[in-house]
Amino acid sequence: MKLTGAEIIIEVLIEQGVTDLFGYPGGAALNIYEALYHRQDRIKHYLSAHEQGATHAADGYARATGKTGVMLATSGPGATNTVTGIATAYLDSVPMVIITANVGTSLIGKDSFQEVFITGITQPVTKHNYAVRDITKLADTIRNAFKIAGSGRRGPVLIDVPKDITAALCEYTPAERWVEPKAPCAPQSTLQKVADLLAKSKRPVVCFGGGVISSEAGEALVAFVKKARIPTCHTIMGTGVIGFGDDLDMGMLGMHGSMTANHAIDEADLLLAMGTRFSDRVALNLRDFAPHATIVQFDIDESEIRKNVLVELAVIGDLKMELQSLIPLVEGKERPEWLELISKWKKDYDIINGKNITGIRPYEIMEVIGEKSGSDAVITTDVGQHQMWAAQFCKKTRPRGFITSGGLGTMGFGYGAAIGAAVALPGAAVFHITSDGSFHMNMNECCTAVSNKLKVITVIFDNKVLGMVHQWQNDFYEKHFVATEPERKTDYVKVAEGFGARGFRAETKEALGKAIDEALAGEGPAWIVCPISRDEKVLPMIPNGGTVRSAILE
Amino acid sequence: MNGKKAIIALLVENNANVLTRVAMLFGKRGYNIDSLTVSETNDPLFSRITVTTQGDDRVIEQIILQTKKMVEIKAVQLEDENEAILRELLLVKIGADESQRGAIREICDIYKASIVDFSPSSIVCELTGKPSKINGFLDVIGKYQILELCRTGVTAMDRGSKVMVCENRESHRS
Repeated sequence: MKLTGAEIIIEVLIEQGVTDLFGYPGGAALNIYEALYHRQDRIKHYLSAHEQGATHAADGYARATGKTGVMLATSGPGATNTVTGIATAYLDSVPMVIITANVGTSLIGKDSFQEVFITGITQPVTKHNYAVRDITKLADTIRNAFKIAGSGRRGPVLIDVPKDITAALCEYTPAERWVEPKAPCAPQSTLQKVADLLAKSKRPVVCFGGGVISSEAGEALVAFVKKARIPTCHTIMGTGVIGFGDDLDMGMLGMHGSMTANHAIDEADLLLAMGTRFSDRVALNLRDFAPHATIVQFDIDESEIRKNVLVELAVIGDLKMELQSLIPLVEGKERPEWLELISKWKKDYDIINGKNITGIRPYEIMEVIGEKSGSDAVITTDVGQHQMWAAQFCKKTRPRGFITSGGLGTMGFGYGAAIGAAVALPGAAVFHITSDGSFHMNMNECCTAVSNKLKVITVIFDNKVLGMVHQWQNDFYEKHFVATEPERKTDYVKVAEGFGARGFRAETKEALGKAIDEALAGEGPAWIVCPISRDEKVLPMIPNGGTVRSAILE
Repeated sequence: MNGKKAIIALLVENNANVLTRVAMLFGKRGYNIDSLTVSETNDPLFSRITVTTQGDDRVIEQIILQTKKMVEIKAVQLEDENEAILRELLLVKIGADESQRGAIREICDIYKASIVDFSPSSIVCELTGKPSKINGFLDVIGKYQILELCRTGVTAMDRGSKVMVCENRESHRS
């Protein structure tokens, strides 16, 4: 059957299992939106306030479900507005397909109105990208994009389609939805080596990251560490996998990780790193990172091995299968001295700081959110102090339940991501943890949540400063607070109401609990602003290039 | 970048974007490209790129693994400088009047360089060979006035019947 290029785009999306997409129309994308008009019963489009918000929404949708998120933008500024969102997804290995319309083929390369070379711009931040110039290749290009985005180490793929190709006619032959074949697994002999190292180890530690979530290996990981009795820590990308407060859980490691996790890495004789890439926020000092440990690195992407940290053994393949094969090879070996040392560290070091600070405390806010949100709730964050507090005190234990921009650290990520998660999981409560700094970047997406009656509860940690930078200026720049005390007068309750959402102010735990109850009982989005002290710090903190011995505790 | 020289051969899809992608990867990761040659192969679907770069073993390993991941790169091979055939073309324009021509011609004969252009005040020489031979020629000819110089950069091929083929890496694309 002959279809227009625009119709082929939408038909292939439907064929690949896409039920929801996020986007923003424009001149070059009109044909694609026309094709959507006739297929509204099969695929739903969510209009954002800004293309960046739509890109983060597609990203949040993907992170909440594991499905590939889809975003549609017009040419020129529409396309460039997606770039931060694409880079965010790329750094955190999130599967996404971004379709940008471009000006007609005859206008390309002439600096035409709303023309931009988006495949050039996005090359370093996409897993791959395509500029379609031949309509006969359009359908297979989109299918390939889904295949690339959703296989191996996930990532965003962009497809740029000129307007004349969306108008041209071409024969369309439907195809099957692409399903990822079984991912490769490391050989049994390698896994046996891991088991042998573990049997000899007196002080083993597991450190895992987002790869555990991408490969759906959460359950296998918990079963593995419980059977082998290995103390476990995670990067921010691994938040939500292992039970907070479990005797084997040491929390997050790295710059704002727990002292216990950082001490354990420092003294470990065996480090099993799973789906983590030793970023500079985790391995702060490459020379002194895990100085006594034999390091085993598990990753689906071979190029991550030895990229940042030298390792003795590489295990390449799908983590879930590898963990499942590893479980029968390991014994439940008790190491009482090691576990006692770890529980002593927990008691001595992992304590709440800032006892003399008045008002509601960040950890208390997280406690209330933890109590009030159901087990299937999703938490998204923006970037900065609140993000670290959210990760440190997140009591959720559901993989894909904690969504944050770990690699790129994108302020303004959280609202779009929350909208995407709310679309993906109808009925689930979505908590968007943010701050006065981050929220000013993308609060405009409130209109998207209102239009679509999405239950996104935004909790604003309002300290009236750009907290993380303020903290660094306090600690490392002699309290020279430049450009971090903006004196904004934003009235969040009024702004929320102005958007057609509901606004609350909560200065105590009780008031916050009540506000969350009301927010959950009503319809659509709500904002709850919690004033906190600007003296609140994210602690502990290991400065850049430091080790656990240089940690700042107050 | 410190470290030893490495010559990497890439078999890539023959399209307009591949060269930018390879160059972008090197730029993004901070690897320097010392020289680069690109041309279509006997199969017009593929091009062959030879890159020379520098780095310690870990850097070279990273370059190979990072390039291997790219969708349009079909095979990657680290060339052994002692085993592979390495060739480069040099064009050099030398300022020379009548009194110097004889000596320059003599040097060209020894190195089997050909004189491809001639004017009252200049000579253009062409030399093909492995980089060390070209370096040797330039050392000697360098005592004359070099007006212009260009080298194509190394292109490389393994000896023997072994060939670089498109590896089917469908399931490993990551």
